[in-house]
Order: sequence, then C-alpha cells, then structure tokens
Amino acid sequence: MALFNKKKSKDANYISAKESRRISSENRKITDEIEKQRNRKNVPREEYITQMKDPNNVVEFDDLHTYFFTDIGTVKAVDGVSFNIPQGKTVGVVGESGCGKSVTSLSLMQLVQRPQGQIVKGAIRLNTGEEVYDIAKTPSSEMQKLRGNTVSMIFQEPMTSLNPVFRIGVQLDEVIALHNEDMSKEDVKKRSIEMLELVGIANSEGVYKMYPHELSGGMRQRIMIAMGIACNPRVIIADEPTTALDVTIQAQILELLRNLKDKINSSIMLITHDLGVIAEMADYVVVMYAGKIVERGTAEEIFKNPCHPYTIGLMNSKPVVGKEVDRLYSIPGKVPNPIDMPNYCYFKDRCEKRFGKCEAAYPHEIYLTPTHAVSCYLYDDKGEVKDGR
Amino acid sequence: MEDNTIVDQTSDDIILEVKNLKKYFPIKSGALSKQKGEVKAVDDISFKIKRGTTMGLVGESGCGKSTTGRTILRLLDKTDGQVLFKGKEVFDLNKKELIDLRTKMQIIFQDPYSSLSPRLPVGEIIGEAVKEHNIVPKEEYEDYLDDIMESCGLQPYHKERYPHEFSGGQRQRICIARALAVNPDFIVCDEPVSALDVSIQAQIINLLKELQEKRNLTYLFISHDLSVVEHISDTVGVMYLGSLVEFGNKKDIFKNPAHPYTQALLSAVPVPDPDVKMNRVILEGSIPSPANPPKGCKFHTRCNRCMEICKTVVPEVREIEEGHFVRCHLYNEDVK
Repeated sequence: MALFNKKKSKDANYISAKESRRISSENRKITDEIEKQRNRKNVPREEYITQMKDPNNVVEFDDLHTYFFTDIGTVKAVDGVSFNIPQGKTVGVVGESGCGKSVTSLSLMQLVQRPQGQIVKGAIRLNTGEEVYDIAKTPSSEMQKLRGNTVSMIFQEPMTSLNPVFRIGVQLDEVIALHNEDMSKEDVKKRSIEMLELVGIANSEGVYKMYPHELSGGMRQRIMIAMGIACNPRVIIADEPTTALDVTIQAQILELLRNLKDKINSSIMLITHDLGVIAEMADYVVVMYAGKIVERGTAEEIFKNPCHPYTIGLMNSKPVVGKEVDRLYSIPGKVPNPIDMPNYCYFKDRCEKRFGKCEAAYPHEIYLTPTHAVSCYLYDDKGEVKDGR
Repeated sequence: MEDNTIVDQTSDDIILEVKNLKKYFPIKSGALSKQKGEVKAVDDISFKIKRGTTMGLVGESGCGKSTTGRTILRLLDKTDGQVLFKGKEVFDLNKKELIDLRTKMQIIFQDPYSSLSPRLPVGEIIGEAVKEHNIVPKEEYEDYLDDIMESCGLQPYHKERYPHEFSGGQRQRICIARALAVNPDFIVCDEPVSALDVSIQAQIINLLKELQEKRNLTYLFISHDLSVVEHISDTVGVMYLGSLVEFGNKKDIFKNPAHPYTQALLSAVPVPDPDVKMNRVILEGSIPSPANPPKGCKFHTRCNRCMEICKTVVPEVREIEEGHFVRCHLYNEDVK
C-alpha cells in the first residue's frame, strides 16, 4: 500500500523506465507502419489526388489528427480539426501556446517532425488551381514541388529563420531558382530584387548584398515575407508574423501583408495569440483549445457574439486600450495534460458555466448560423442557448 | 532644520525622483579600445513617482526603457544627472548604505526562463536575499517564506522544486516572490508579462495589482504593450531614442495624446473589434541608431507634422496641462 501511495505522489508525467520502454516500442511499431506507407516508391497518383468539397476553397482541413508518439505517451496535438480557407480570404487561428495551432499549419506544410509526429487520420485538401492534393497522403517528393510554390510559410522569428552565413540575395534566389528551373541567373536576380521592392524595401539592390545581421527585425520580417511570396503562392501561412516586433513595425507588416494578399490574390492563414491582430486582419476566425476547435465563424460573429466560454474568457483577459476595467478576468486553472486528456469537454475543469451535461462526451460542433459553429453543451439544439442551471 | 522637514514631507509623497538622468555607453574599437563615440541610451530624462502608484514606461525596443530602469537601481552607473530615492541620491551612497537600499528597491525581469538559476531550488532562490539581509530572525524564516510564496500564488511544497519544473506563469510568480521577499518599497518591472500567454498575463497583472494594494508598493512598469500599461499605470512616460517625449497622467496620455509619436504609437495598437475602421498613422521606417541620433528633435525623421525648426533645434519640455509634459515644437508658442 505504501508503495502504491509513493507512486501516486509522483508527478503526473512520471512513468517507470519499464513502462517507458513498453510505450516507445509500441510507438515504434505504429510509426514504422506509417513510415513504410509513406516511403513507398512510385505512389500511384490516384491515392493523393482528390476533389475539393467546395471548389472556392483553397485549403480544406477535414477531421485532421496529428499525433506525436513520445516515450511518455501519445500527445494528441491536433485532434479532429476541420475548417476551410476560402480563396482570397484571411483565416485567423487563435489560441494559447500549446493548443495545436502551429502543428495544424505545419501539417499543411508536411513539416511535422517525423517519425514521432504523424498525421494519423483525416485529410488536408490543397487546391493548386489545376489539381487537388491530399497533403496527408502526398509523398515527400511531390510535396517538395508544392511547398514554397503553392503553400508557403512566414515564421515567427525573423532572427532565427534566416541563415546568418548567406547573403539575403542568395537565400532569395534559391527559392525562386528551385521552383523555376528554366529561369536564367539574371532573371532570378531581377525577380529577387523585384520581390524586395514589393515588400517595401527602399534600398533593394543594397539589401540584396547584405547579410541578415545587418538588418533590423522589421526588415528581416519583410525579407521572410518576400521569400514567402516569391512564387506567388495560393496560400500563405503566417505563423505569429508580428509577435517579435514592436507595435509600430507590427502595423507596417500587417499593412504590407494585407496589400500583398490582394496583389497576388492569395489566401492567408494567420496564426497568432493576439486577438487585436486577428480582428484587424481576418475574415474568418478559428479558436483552438487543447488540439480542438472550440469555436469558429466570421470575424464579425466571433468578436460580436463570442459563444464558447473559452473565447469569452480569452477576450476578457486581454486589456484593451481605451477600455477601463478594475480587474482583468483570468481563466482559472490550466490546460489539461496533453498526454492524459479527459473524456469530457477539455475546458470543463476551467469553465465557469459548466453544468450537468458537461460530464458527457466531448461536445459536437453546433451550428448557430451557417458559418458560426461552437463546441459547447450550452448551445445544444441548434442555435438555442440553454440555461444550464 | 526647517529645510529638513520640507525634504521629509516631499519624500513621503514622492518616493522616486529622476532628474536629468543620462546614461551613455562608449563605443570602443581598435587594438587600444579607443573611444569612437557614444550610444546615448538614456538622454536627459526627468520624472517623479508618487508612493503607492505605478508609472508606466513605454516605447519601441531600443529606446532605453530598460536602461532607465537599471540605472535607477544603480545596476548601471549613470553618466550624469540625479536619482533621488526617498530624497537621497542613489549614486552617493556608500557600500553599506547601498546594501540597505537593495532591500528597498527590487526588479522583476522580463524572461522568467533565464532569470532564475536552474541549479537552485525555488525556496533557495526566494530565500537567499532574506538570509543575506537578515529580514527575519532565523526561527521565523520558514514561515516567512511560506507566507511570501502563498501571497504570490505558490504552494509551500514548491520550495524543494527546481525552476524547470514550473510553467512560464509560475516562474514569473517565483520572480515576483523573490523581489517581494526582502520587503521592498519600489519595484522595477521590466516587461514582466511580455513572455507570457494572454490568460497567464492577466493572472500576473492581477497579482501585481493585488500586491500593490496590500503592501503599498510603487512600480516602475516597463513595457512595450500599451494596453497593459494603460491597465496598470497611474502615470505614463513615453520614450523615444533615449528621451522622454511625453509624460503625464494615464488619462492625459491615452485620451489626449499630444506628441505625434504617442499618437502614432496609440494608433498602431490593434483593437479586437473588426468594426473599428483603421484610420491609423503608420510610422515609416524604423527607429534610428542611438549612436547617431538625428539632429534637432530626434523624432523628426519619422514625424508626420515635422516643421523646419524640428530639424535643427532640440525642443524643450513644456507643460501643456497640469502634470502633462511634452517635448515637441508643436506646443511652442514662439514657433507659431
């Protein structure tokens, strides 16, 4: 009995070495199986060419599950996420760190750390204009042609995502040359300088020859954006593009992104934890919590009529310039352990509106309007708000 | 004698006064480390903080906010000017007096991941200064530590744990507890919430406010997040390239910003409301190098209301309303 108690008093993440070995060998079996599937040569095209549900969408996430098989258990980083990115629109994904918003975008780029991280279920349909690819099944060799060309990504840290030992020009040329093999060297350089001008760099010829350390944070982020849009992608994933920047520079970069999106007619998937940035940029908003979407809708719906208690809490916990409150609301408790998720609503333990029904399984998405969906028992029976107490 | 009483009265009210503080960093190069120039990180700033209030200090990165905070604490030497803490010049104190001062002024750093020693258990981190300064008798030490930890939202059993076992929000609580443990009057908060998530941010801000009420603390709150500064501060100073361009009550600054830089800064803050039309002043370019600041008004290169005089003459500080100071030629009657 004493032994049993001792075990229990340990950290929730604690497991014995024996247990860990068992888990890791089991993981190996699962990941080897998936990797074998992935690494086949000459995968028939029918396997990954599909059809869009709605041809106006550029990307459709359909019940995406991305898991990480770690030695202490399986982390369900993305657990059944479905949403669409329509052509020419901006979709904002918001949530706290660790909620799976970055993993969702990395899954779209097929950049999830393999073999531990795997898309185990679901589909990501990417419309290149001519064909529709299912990213979850596309082999790496095909993916290389899409990555940077049809989908591209702007990373959070402009300081660390540029290579410090190469000149800006070389790094930009590489992107363009890789996707346009028939271009001559001069044309590639011309295009690079054009791109630099497009992102508002005045001294483009000079910057072309500079090293990343010679530029400020805002300038570096502009370079990253130039790289991202160099091949006129259909979708730009912007993963916290302004988090590392000052407000004034942030305003410049957001303005730039907005203008560029219209110029090259692409869609943006904007990942951020700043609700202000989302409100300013996004047409559609997706709120994520612990690997699942808790609420999604148009920006109007989410900001005017937030329904999920988590969305409401998130909005109240951020101070707003010009609005005075005595005490900031703070969501009690913390995010559940990702290895050992409860079998009821993940937010229940922190929720102030929980009631009897919340004990049941994780709530389904309930559509309040055709575009506004929320996963919460408070809104059971389509659109009607039920008073739980 | 009479003079003394006056000083005492003011020191009761004004806990910290900074007068024309300057901090220049030399730029050295060559084999003999010859001085080639100076970075004017803090260039002639003055302000006062009343006891029990919070002064917010905002500005872009590299404008000298943190250097100001550190110079006030005498973690850096000043180049010129005065820092009066409770009426006493901080830089004139001898070694022994300085040790006593350390218990009265504390700092909370930005990054809770790098400001805690990974090799010390939390109890040790918080208690080290308590032992050093003999804040409480030995037999009360443990209870005192529990008290401090509890008031910062930590459990007493956390004492034996190491910083890596805690999340970002809890680490910041440890930093706050460490600062509070020596029972200070004045705390410099150097971007205490920038590294944290929104919901955790709210918890820490609430904690700071609670502690201020309970212990009558005075904060110098350094941040680049205007919404957080508006929420927590009583007075606000706006810095640009080492100088304080505007200083006043929170209401004056946020409702009625006078300096073009403050106006631009405020309009750059994204508002979580999709209906708010973006009618913003977007500042061109980025902050100039402090080693080679522009002549005249430092802001004139990016200012949208720049006049001829701004390019040559450094503007004086002017009081446009009671307690609202601006350093800008727009409010100079002689120019108009």
